[in-house]
Amino acid sequence: MLLIECPWCGQRDQTEFHPHGEAHIARPEDPDALDEAAWGDYVFFRKNPKGLHYERWVHSHGCRRWFNVMRDTVTDHIHASYKPGDPKPELPITADGGDTTGTPKT
Amino acid sequence: MSQPYRLDTGGRINRAKPLRFWYDNQGYDGFEGDTLASALLANGVFLVGRSFKYHRPRGVYSAGAEEPNALVQLETGAATEPNRRATEVELYGELNAASQNCWPSVKYDLGVVNSWFSRLLPAGFYYKTFMWPASLWTTYEKFIRRAAGLGRSPMEPDPDHYDKTHAHCDVLVVGGGPAGLQAALSAGRTGARVILADDKPEFGGALLSGRDVIGDAPATEWVEATVAELQGMREVTLLPRTTVTGYYDYNFLVANERVSEHLGPRGRGEAPKERLWKIRAKQVVLATGAIERPLVFADNDRPGIMLAGALRSYVNRYAVLPGRRIVVLTNNDSAYLAALDAKDAGAAVEIVDTRTAPAGELVDRARSAGIPVHENSAITGVNYRGGRVRGVEVMQLDSDGRGVRGVGDKLNCDLVAVSGGWTPTVHLFSQAKGKLRYLDDEHCFVPGERAINNRGFEVGACRASWSLETCLREGAEAGAAAALVTGFDRAEPAPSPAAPEPAQGPLRPLWILPTVHPVGRGPRKHFHELHNDSTVGDIELAAREGFVSVEHLKRYTTTGMGTDQGKTSNINALSVMADLQGAAIPAVGTTTFRPPYTPLTFGSIVGHDRRELFLQKRKTAMHPWHEKHGAVFEDVGDWKRPYYFPRAGETMHDAVQRECLAARTGVGMIDASTLGKIDIRGRDALKLLNMVYTNAWDSLKPGRCRYGLMLNEHGMVFDDGVTTCLGENHYHMTTTTGGAARVMNWLEEWLQTEWPHWEVYCTSVTEQWAVTTITGPRARDLLASLADQPLDDDAFPFMSMQEFPVAGIPARVFRISFTGDTAFEINVKARYGLALWEALAEAGKAFDLCPYGTETMHVLRAEKGFIIAGQDTDGTVTPMDLGMDWIVSKKKGDFIGRRSFARTDTAREGRKQLVGLLTEDPAFVLPEGSHVVEPLREKPPMNMLGHVTSSYLSPNAGRSIAMALIRDGFKRKGQTLDVSLMDGSSQRVTVTDPVFLRGEK
Amino acid sequence: MNRYSIFSLLRNAVNYHQDWQRAWRSPDPKREYDVVIVGGGGHGLATAYYLAKECGVTNVAVIEKGWIGGGNTGRNTTIVRSNYLYDESAGIYEHALKLWEGLSQELNYNVMFSPRGLLHLAHSVHDMQEIGRRGSAIRLNGIDSEFLSPAQVKEMVPFINLDCRYPVMGALLQRRGGTARHDAVAWGYARAADDLGVDIIQNCEVTGFRIEDNVVTGVDTSRGMIGAKKVGCVVAGHCSVLASMAGFRLPVESVPLQALVSEPIKPVLDCVVMSGSVHAYISQSDKGELVIGAGSDLYNSYSQRGSFDVIEETVGPVVELYPIFSRMKMLRQWGGIVDVTVDRSPILGTTPVKNLFFNCGWGTGGFKATPGSGHVFAHSIARGEMHPVAEPFSINRFNTGALIDEGAAAAVAH
Repeated sequence: MLLIECPWCGQRDQTEFHPHGEAHIARPEDPDALDEAAWGDYVFFRKNPKGLHYERWVHSHGCRRWFNVMRDTVTDHIHASYKPGDPKPELPITADGGDTTGTPKT
Repeated sequence: MSQPYRLDTGGRINRAKPLRFWYDNQGYDGFEGDTLASALLANGVFLVGRSFKYHRPRGVYSAGAEEPNALVQLETGAATEPNRRATEVELYGELNAASQNCWPSVKYDLGVVNSWFSRLLPAGFYYKTFMWPASLWTTYEKFIRRAAGLGRSPMEPDPDHYDKTHAHCDVLVVGGGPAGLQAALSAGRTGARVILADDKPEFGGALLSGRDVIGDAPATEWVEATVAELQGMREVTLLPRTTVTGYYDYNFLVANERVSEHLGPRGRGEAPKERLWKIRAKQVVLATGAIERPLVFADNDRPGIMLAGALRSYVNRYAVLPGRRIVVLTNNDSAYLAALDAKDAGAAVEIVDTRTAPAGELVDRARSAGIPVHENSAITGVNYRGGRVRGVEVMQLDSDGRGVRGVGDKLNCDLVAVSGGWTPTVHLFSQAKGKLRYLDDEHCFVPGERAINNRGFEVGACRASWSLETCLREGAEAGAAAALVTGFDRAEPAPSPAAPEPAQGPLRPLWILPTVHPVGRGPRKHFHELHNDSTVGDIELAAREGFVSVEHLKRYTTTGMGTDQGKTSNINALSVMADLQGAAIPAVGTTTFRPPYTPLTFGSIVGHDRRELFLQKRKTAMHPWHEKHGAVFEDVGDWKRPYYFPRAGETMHDAVQRECLAARTGVGMIDASTLGKIDIRGRDALKLLNMVYTNAWDSLKPGRCRYGLMLNEHGMVFDDGVTTCLGENHYHMTTTTGGAARVMNWLEEWLQTEWPHWEVYCTSVTEQWAVTTITGPRARDLLASLADQPLDDDAFPFMSMQEFPVAGIPARVFRISFTGDTAFEINVKARYGLALWEALAEAGKAFDLCPYGTETMHVLRAEKGFIIAGQDTDGTVTPMDLGMDWIVSKKKGDFIGRRSFARTDTAREGRKQLVGLLTEDPAFVLPEGSHVVEPLREKPPMNMLGHVTSSYLSPNAGRSIAMALIRDGFKRKGQTLDVSLMDGSSQRVTVTDPVFLRGEK
Repeated sequence: MNRYSIFSLLRNAVNYHQDWQRAWRSPDPKREYDVVIVGGGGHGLATAYYLAKECGVTNVAVIEKGWIGGGNTGRNTTIVRSNYLYDESAGIYEHALKLWEGLSQELNYNVMFSPRGLLHLAHSVHDMQEIGRRGSAIRLNGIDSEFLSPAQVKEMVPFINLDCRYPVMGALLQRRGGTARHDAVAWGYARAADDLGVDIIQNCEVTGFRIEDNVVTGVDTSRGMIGAKKVGCVVAGHCSVLASMAGFRLPVESVPLQALVSEPIKPVLDCVVMSGSVHAYISQSDKGELVIGAGSDLYNSYSQRGSFDVIEETVGPVVELYPIFSRMKMLRQWGGIVDVTVDRSPILGTTPVKNLFFNCGWGTGGFKATPGSGHVFAHSIARGEMHPVAEPFSINRFNTGALIDEGAAAAVAH
């Protein structure tokens, strides 16, 4: 049971949220310029990594805002939550010794 | 009836409260504070069950959650429960339990024939046989199924109810023994919010079963004082009778509190039977203790053989001495405590110790108490008769402990107490993805590194800290440290009192004791796993056949798969496999510990979310009127919608035919409140509409309405509806009933993640508006009678919206139509919905107004060829497939899904397309879902062209009508085809346009 | 190979089963194989078996990073059925079901396939339309399917609560559907493949592909490089990981799927009952446990564990539909990783790398396809082109749009 940090509301139980797959996939500006494979790639193909995953969540039973989460798909550890439009965080996240969710700062 | 094995004094039972109870229809007496197991033992009932596979007689083996044998059917009728561990069931008055998995009785069980054929039934025997003839497998299987299983399911609904609660705390302490109590105390004193959970009715853990001393007083006094102090702390919650069953990520734990189970089904009153705690803790202190490890010897499963710690528990805690002559079999010192306590309680005791030269304080004490110690010895056979052990055969071990020598000594006894050391209870730690570490010296797994998301500490016996003083100290330190981490900086460990106890020496690492024939190759069976009847021979067979990985071993032999989840057997199974492979235990590995720690009642998982509260029912403002007027309801999503309004004596068919005619020829009225409604405003609202709909929206003027189709990015229709321009940058969107939430989320997803720079605000207003739609040639007259407003086509044209009062209620009236006739959708604030509906119904009397339901709505729209998204589309249909090319703008630029139209498969000829079907027999209504075939054959398989999506008997068309999605449908118009039906018959159909009534509005 | 039978069991009983042979060998990997199958689950082992048995390719290795059958093969709810909507799906699942029907004899290993009948409940008008369509399509594909009235459902499951929230309005029955013993399928295929010369190599993890001029030539593993003329990947729960090693992506997301069993009880439920709308999938195993399929979490994860709220949302419907089970107890819950495609249909086919074949994306329903999937995959690898039954499941459908949308067809709207 994840404990997810909504960038607007703070830490909340996973049951308040809804995941929506890989983040940072921009809709092509000119779809007609894409061939069938490139368009198919945008619509259906995903990284689905074993390890760090940048993904979208929506605080559906809360503020209803969408945001991005950087999570390890092996440990399910959430390294960071950030607002749409914010740059992708990178590891390691070192700000005052802990990261933005889950792990208490010691 | 007397309790022949009850001690005269001592124990924590309440002798002032005798309780009558029933086991296998025989009455017995026990006391408050007993478990069913202790009460049965007090009464000399040793044979309490039959084993899973061989139906061997079995007795009480433990005194706790690890019990593999003593499973009973508790209570009868609706209150019955299978597979309850007698060691965990607290005794209450008139408790009624029965043995299970036996027939006709536990003493004379016909299933014992399995035992006679046991040599034919080694691990995995079923994979090797029952294959010939193939047709008989299902017959064999019936017998296998009947022989398997244990207790019986209740056959009536549960008479009890269950509670569920959420809790958040700084520190959760699991286990209320000495370490857990100290942890709770240290954390509690800081003011931290603490929850202490323990599965027993009383806190104290092992201290309640022993005779320890803390400070200068019996440990139980320290327990009482500590619990009293904890009870006085405002932020501390004490949860006795509460088993923490699951440890999930981010310190989320599930605990089951047995609130009133100990009162029995008749003493429960209004109290819930159980309560599920869902706890999110900042820190978790695991003080889960240890489970005694058995020694595995020849015929070690007989009734009258139990764990040494359990014997101690029965003597000290329950004042039951379950044997007069007791043999204690051990490879370590801890069992000497049981021997001493039993001796002290009046039993004749002998010790069989596998160690070559046991020594130390406890051994000395035993010898000086007059207890004979048989050194370097093992039990090699058990004399079992009449429901209990009568004696054992003891032989000298040879030097490596793998064989025996000399002549067997026969010892008379009626109880054997066994100890092979202790196994830390690491289940929760492992569930939480912690890594286990093997301690070579202690011969056990202990917690290693914790998973990153599950922060906390482990203290006491669960990390192989055996001495009481260490447990007390570790608990105190961890409690303080946990509180400190969560922000309570005054934290310091509670003082650790002195707890003197005799030192214990090392054990002999020998758990599988030899007998007169090689283990697994003779009549005497070594059960390493009592619950599922798995023997050492089975493990050897598994190894021989290549099932060497732990998980293969577990699955092939079913070790650890019983209701006890292998609490006493897993470690011995591992050590046998390690031995066979010549490897160390950690190299063999350990199986995954899966939740729950002990079985968790379904009812408790469900809590109150059952029956009326199972899933929400959404009702419109007009629902009371519908109920009063006899509506039959249809579930549409969460909504209850009137399906039809039958009059006295009418069938559904009659009612729908009447409603359809009335709505076409006079005026009909339907509650359309459930349609999804979204208020959209903002500078970029129009841009949004242009992206999510296929048609162009730029020209839509305020007060005008337009129909739109919504596609996903694959180009497939997923919703439709009418959107109205309410004013500048302000729109009112409607969606299908079932699609409302999906569309709302869809808009938000795009707006927030793709176009966050656009200024658009979407608000769901589905529940804010109640909608009554009136339709038919007399709809305008009806509305005119309640509204002072010009309603003719010029003043109020089709596809427009005006605001004016109807029956005095402010309303938005939309002149849009899903029936193809003149229709008005009257939206009022939800709280006026019923008033408006009633006003229309009253005024409608003069117009023969007919309320109708969803089925009539479906027929009326089908008559005009209007689609229902989700019925005539299924996520594989483009607007072109629907023949709706007109709604796809070629000029406006991009929109969601457009690019996908050009893909090879989407752009190809001959896709499935929406057409009408007319049956040759106009009275025959095609079943929805039936398929058009070409060519028609005598019997399947047949080539399917597509399926009927909608099909009705239309009184207005005077015949049956149907819509279908069929391959290359547009080109087939005029063709005659066949529909093959489930009963093997077929119907001839002609392909047409999907419009069955022409003309008007 | 020892043949298994009641006689061999009797013979071995005499000397306490000392003479049974290993069910499969434990060979060291050879330098090169004609075909390397990556993934020792049911599908991979079946592929190897049919390669050796029917395609004459016996120089085959199955490489498994853990123990065979340890992934979704050993974690599913053992349901076998072929009642799918689309012709393509019916083709492959019915192909599998026919193989199931003779599998114990084929493998000389009792996989306990038990056609105890499988019910799909309908709880709304929309559900009735859905089963109406599917039932008709199944029948016309020559597969058994029957509609049942609520009363007939009650006859099969007397304790069902027809009048629950979303009342039972009818059901679709496939009598030939049922369950099988999941572990036995892996073991049976392994034993039979091994007997035909296939090397089964456990505890051997693939760490990369050897690719030269866009042609696969071998795999790097934790036990060294193993050469291969052709490689077939059948790794449910890890296909994206392997694809990324080979340099391409898949239209797949890996999510946790959970299941649970109750304590064992005497027989009470004799068929499989599935309810999509109320989400309760339940059967009773031969051991007596109620086997219950839970839902999946929606987030990508390789952790093989799901959320507790999924368990709550699973048990709730079970108790609503079967109120008598309220006092039963959950004995075990566990999770697996399922690879889900957008159209809920699998991917079988060639890849951008020559001689590298993938079989993946079976989502929540791969177990039932095991024999059929292995069979057509074996033929495809052997021939170098897809078997006609596998043809429609090519990865290219996600570019052309020719989805086989079993998911969308069952979706709820209106």
